[in-house]
Amino acid sequence: MMATNSALPGPNDIHREVLPNGITILTRSNFNSPSVVIGGFFNAGSLFDPDAKLGLADFVSSALMRGTKTRTFDTIYNELESAGASLGFSSGVHSSGFNGRSLAEDLPLLLNLLAGSLINPTFPKAEVEKLRAQLLTGLAIRAQDTSDMASMVFDEILFRDHPYSRAEDGHPETVKRITQGDLVKFHREHFGPRGMVIAIVGAVKAEEAVRQVKRALGGWQIKGRKEAPALPPLKPMKKTVRRHHQIAGKSQSDLVIGTVGPMRKDPDFLPASLGNNILGQFGLMGRIGDVVREKAGLAYYAGSSLSAGMGPGSWEVNAGVNPSNVSKAADLIVSELKRFVDDGVTAEELADSQTNYIGRLPLSLESNGGVVGALLNIERHDLGLDYYLRYADLVRQVTREHVLSAARRCIDTDKLAIAVAGA
Amino acid sequence: MKNSHSETTLSNGLKVFLKEIHTAPIISSWVWYRVGSRDEVQGRTGISHWVEHMQFKGTPQFPANILDKAISREGGAWNAMTYLDWTAYYETMPADKIDLGLRLESGRMMNSEFKPEEVASERTVIMSEREGSENEPLFMLGEAVQQTAFRVHPYHHEVVGDMADLRTMTRDDLYNHYREFYVPNNAVMAIAGDFESDKMLVRIRELFESIPSGKEPTRVAREELPQHGEVRLSVEGPGSTSYVQACYRFPAASHPDFFPLTVLDSLLAGPSNFNMFGGGISNKTSRLYRALVDKEFAVSVHGGASATIDPFLYGITMTIHPKRKPEEALAVLDKELKRAQEEKVSKEEIARAIKQARAIFAYGSENITNQAFWMGYAEMFATYDWFQTYLDKLAKVTAKDIQRVANEYFKPQSRVVGTYIPMGGRAK
Repeated sequence: MMATNSALPGPNDIHREVLPNGITILTRSNFNSPSVVIGGFFNAGSLFDPDAKLGLADFVSSALMRGTKTRTFDTIYNELESAGASLGFSSGVHSSGFNGRSLAEDLPLLLNLLAGSLINPTFPKAEVEKLRAQLLTGLAIRAQDTSDMASMVFDEILFRDHPYSRAEDGHPETVKRITQGDLVKFHREHFGPRGMVIAIVGAVKAEEAVRQVKRALGGWQIKGRKEAPALPPLKPMKKTVRRHHQIAGKSQSDLVIGTVGPMRKDPDFLPASLGNNILGQFGLMGRIGDVVREKAGLAYYAGSSLSAGMGPGSWEVNAGVNPSNVSKAADLIVSELKRFVDDGVTAEELADSQTNYIGRLPLSLESNGGVVGALLNIERHDLGLDYYLRYADLVRQVTREHVLSAARRCIDTDKLAIAVAGA
Repeated sequence: MKNSHSETTLSNGLKVFLKEIHTAPIISSWVWYRVGSRDEVQGRTGISHWVEHMQFKGTPQFPANILDKAISREGGAWNAMTYLDWTAYYETMPADKIDLGLRLESGRMMNSEFKPEEVASERTVIMSEREGSENEPLFMLGEAVQQTAFRVHPYHHEVVGDMADLRTMTRDDLYNHYREFYVPNNAVMAIAGDFESDKMLVRIRELFESIPSGKEPTRVAREELPQHGEVRLSVEGPGSTSYVQACYRFPAASHPDFFPLTVLDSLLAGPSNFNMFGGGISNKTSRLYRALVDKEFAVSVHGGASATIDPFLYGITMTIHPKRKPEEALAVLDKELKRAQEEKVSKEEIARAIKQARAIFAYGSENITNQAFWMGYAEMFATYDWFQTYLDKLAKVTAKDIQRVANEYFKPQSRVVGTYIPMGGRAK
């Protein structure tokens, strides 16, 4: 007989424990499939990167599995792939993180490889050079990607003179400057158990998961670590700034139009998020999709997103359009933004989005990976273990006035960042 | 984990697969039609995909704009996709709301309107979709390789279609294609999730059994001829990165050789992940990664096949290392293929490939949408039994089988090799 996971994750079935060395473990069992997913983060993001060596945190993340004190690159991946398991590291602005999955029987293997990569990476020189060539090729491909480049230019305009304006994967000249010694130093200074969070969801009991994490990572101790530099305040936009990044030979241009959105912890976050759903997500990409795609037939994709995190994120509209239609699409989007802040949303639109948010929650928590994401979200933003139980009420409490005031606080259609990349 | 399922064929020919999964209050419902780019002739390439787009434009019961809101309002996820052999639609919804998805699919099986103004605005949307793909070097290269590999068979063209046809196809072309292929006897329904099969079947009969069956759709019967000699081609475009794609003739998914080839694919390039929802794994200890990426001839290598009705292609795509030439990487590839042809693989390597497949299956079974997906998907190119016995069939593969298929299918004489030549910023 299978257990029914009909309940949303909550204090009754999430186990949370903090190890003496500062690692927080969150687990939730699911025996419906014989697999397990792990995820986590630790405070070693690109905020620590010097400008001249931008991409350092990203380089370190990519290099962690290139060799450890006890295993070579090939040994690490041979163990992992022979078990049909996966593990990878990535890096963001505030933190770096990891994601992995395996059959439940191989969780000890997965955690061993995770621990070795976190605690004892050796950054072998030959492997670092191989990786550098791969990273540089990735940057060369990025330079040809209209969507990536439009987003990069958009961040440069919106977050002028702020660490958020920087591309976390760096630039060819900064990645070329990073030495093996830089990787070793970054790891020594910024990696440690304190503040690290790990979530484990799948066919394993909570006490067993905790026991395995303790065995793999419980003995990790680091004395004193550098704190992340304090973030400077954002410089508000004084007028609309438009920039076109030329990429020759492209048949489609990408367009990003937007502004600064709230932080995840800001009370405006949920009203802004529901408002954004109406603006550019609900149905076939909300009002923006309706105007740009459905009515004008200008784009295959057109919608909006809110990227709230530890600090203020962006609230942006994205569309891919023929180069000859960029201005037309931009005008339509700006007038939709104007309507959004002038008139707000209707009661019907808000009610639709509220039921959408509440109804889709079980779908987003269906897979082990979805639950890992939810547990990390709870921990990162201090939402409380009962957050997903309270979620429906929180969503229902949002009013049209909340949405309008959040929209007006964030969006001024005379002060937008507009980035285009393409021919 | 195997849950039992049921199969029923309604009096109008609609085949219905039901699988109860009571692990979450969710139901995923799919309708699959046996129509894709395989059913298209020149002048109407891309028509199946365009019809799929028009299926979101409304029926008298659910006019455009009402449809999408109705599903989203209930917290559902829905989408559609068109491929070589099939077109599929799905709704995954809270279990108590699935009736909306069922009514929607029943309506658009025959009542979509295809209004001229909707056709006009969707024409430019699809052209924009194609333009977005054309931005990608690997799309341009893949298209060139595919059209070279298939001169006769309709696998010749990309699913999105040729721009010339996207400009000229008419509303009536689209509508006629819809009416010919969207008939219950050309469709499979697959539903998985938190329901009782008896009650679900009653409801499906109420909504679908009155839809009249249609004539068996006409198929394009143009078998591809054998290839006599390697073909090489190049595509020039913007950028600074070179790519090579080597494509070999692969059998139909229902052919017994598909399984030894799947094990060989796992050894060469890492296991392919056929799940639509659920993770795959990396390929850093595959033979090709070790020979090409570890030795710095390429910065990445990927291989993969598609499960298709007719023989299609196995593609190996290499992103060339900036310090190497495409021919150097191709020579290394040839050496590795030769090794697979001359030396038997070890039992351990086969066991490893099977464990990888088992893990990928387990990841896919976390997700109800993916379980419903498989019941219909497998029916499109074989039968659901193909999926259910997949791991057993892999387990029977021997080293001898692998050596035989390596020799039979990886012949240079029957491959197409495409090279993307980057022209920097000067391109096109």
